[in-house]
Amino acid sequence: MSKHAVVLEYKRCRGCTTCIKTCPTEAIRVRSGKAFILDDRCIDCGKCIRVCPHKAIKSVGDSLARLQEFDCCVALPEPALYGQFQNLDDINLVLNALLRIGFHRVYEVSRAAELLSDYNRQECLNAKDAAVPQISSSCPTVLRLIRMRYPRLIDHLTNAVMPMELAAILARREAAQATSLPPERIGVFAIVPCSAKATAARSPEVLKEPVLDGAFAIRDIYLRLLSPMRELCEEGVQLEPLISSGLTGVGWGVCGGETAARPGQQCVVVDGVENVIRMLGEIEDGRIPEAGFIELNACTQGCVGGCFTVENPYAARMRLGALMNRLPVSRNCFLFQGPDRNLAKFQRKITYTPAFLLDADRGAAMEKQLQIQDLENHLPGLHCGSCGAPSCHAFAEDVVMGRASVEDCIFRVRARMQHMAGPGEADEYLPAPFRRQQPPAAKGSEPSA
Amino acid sequence: METIKLVYPVDGGDLIEAGEASSKMKLTLKRLGLPPDVIRRASICMYEGEINMVIHADGGEAQVEVGMDEITIRMTDTGPGIPDVDQAMKEGFSTAGPTARELGFGAGMGLPNMKRYADELAIETEVGRGTVVTMKLKIPS
Repeated sequence: MSKHAVVLEYKRCRGCTTCIKTCPTEAIRVRSGKAFILDDRCIDCGKCIRVCPHKAIKSVGDSLARLQEFDCCVALPEPALYGQFQNLDDINLVLNALLRIGFHRVYEVSRAAELLSDYNRQECLNAKDAAVPQISSSCPTVLRLIRMRYPRLIDHLTNAVMPMELAAILARREAAQATSLPPERIGVFAIVPCSAKATAARSPEVLKEPVLDGAFAIRDIYLRLLSPMRELCEEGVQLEPLISSGLTGVGWGVCGGETAARPGQQCVVVDGVENVIRMLGEIEDGRIPEAGFIELNACTQGCVGGCFTVENPYAARMRLGALMNRLPVSRNCFLFQGPDRNLAKFQRKITYTPAFLLDADRGAAMEKQLQIQDLENHLPGLHCGSCGAPSCHAFAEDVVMGRASVEDCIFRVRARMQHMAGPGEADEYLPAPFRRQQPPAAKGSEPSA
Repeated sequence: METIKLVYPVDGGDLIEAGEASSKMKLTLKRLGLPPDVIRRASICMYEGEINMVIHADGGEAQVEVGMDEITIRMTDTGPGIPDVDQAMKEGFSTAGPTARELGFGAGMGLPNMKRYADELAIETEVGRGTVVTMKLKIPS
């Protein structure tokens, strides 16, 4: 099984090529009427999930049945969850409802986020020799992008684990102490806004091994929470005060939340994967010298824009903002001493894994590049997608890399057929977008494909 | 082995889009697996060259040749030429107009940066005819 949480529902896919064009890393191809994802290029941004007109590309969180595997289950709700509900004025309602759908305990991801806000503040004050600008390491899609394409920026990452990961470590410890159960009997599950975090739960980027037992999609949990939330309101019971974070932590659910804890630093906040890619390219060349910190969110408006969310990201942002107004600034300080301090740090360095490298040997890579350019010069440059690749360049690369045959280009095939059969009217038919206006003198002559 | 040739047209009058050629070149160089430091320096050189061509020469063309041990970037334009190359090479010297300056360009660092980041820099220029800036970067094996 692929480590990615993005999967194709085979029956639904009609091979329409919509997805291949929107993928920011050109990671999708269509073959024999079905799309498939090149695993080593996928950054789990969720773009294809959003654009698929047949809802064939999906991302799956774990099934709630997994809660049966453990004696004690801890829910780790991401702050984006709180922004999904209309008329919510107390986060405790959500947290209490979680205890009615099979979880035994709750540990807010925003609590760990708040610890990380404090940790980052201490670290960036102390680390004068850190590479500037620092780049946030909280969005797994961004981590994957940097790992694949921006080797020089690896040292710029803030070196802090994701809030969800720190939450998992602390939640398991807290639950083990409270229940006296062995840690492996405790199930720690994040409730995540996006496929990237579902993938990260399974296969972490900066941890030696997974610290979560699974991840549920906000969308799936949302539906289950509605009834218990209504019941809790109707019963009129006093809600257990489970909330343990302030607005500093909850703010991580939207873009700018991580940056808010960095007063006195010049910060850039970016959302949307195309904008992130553009920004990474500019930082790589040192074009934003005044910036001290760059917060990068692959989704529009930050985590509230994740592909697992229910609400439109702008509405969710507004609601989260209203909830934050009722919270204290912070409820947590990072006081970890001794080895515990390392809990917040990367356990292993990110290593450059260039998914786009033509060949590990430079000479061979250059040879391939020459072949690609040569072939590309003989392609129509229409990027029609009929070959199943997002562009003529990607197709040429596929051919040279052995992933496609040059005969997969309908224009090449057409030219060959015409050559074999001689010019005829039927052969010259082209769908409207591909027709070329003929200069008057050339009328009747063969269109050059 | 044959060298790889890349050609990028640079449109004049569009400072906002300047930098596109260097971004595209960077992607290709990464596919080839060149050392990150060389890629970065080449990208900066190209970017500065692009900006210069847009500000001063109403655009031009960037040609890149990648060989096994050297990258050559040649920026060719048919602009006004550089009357005094020594002066133009000085940090802080710029003849950029008010529009470019309003956008944050014209700090007089273009050519000095190219000299700093390239291993070799050659400027052929003729007033009224145009300029060719050639930069070479060595690729350590």
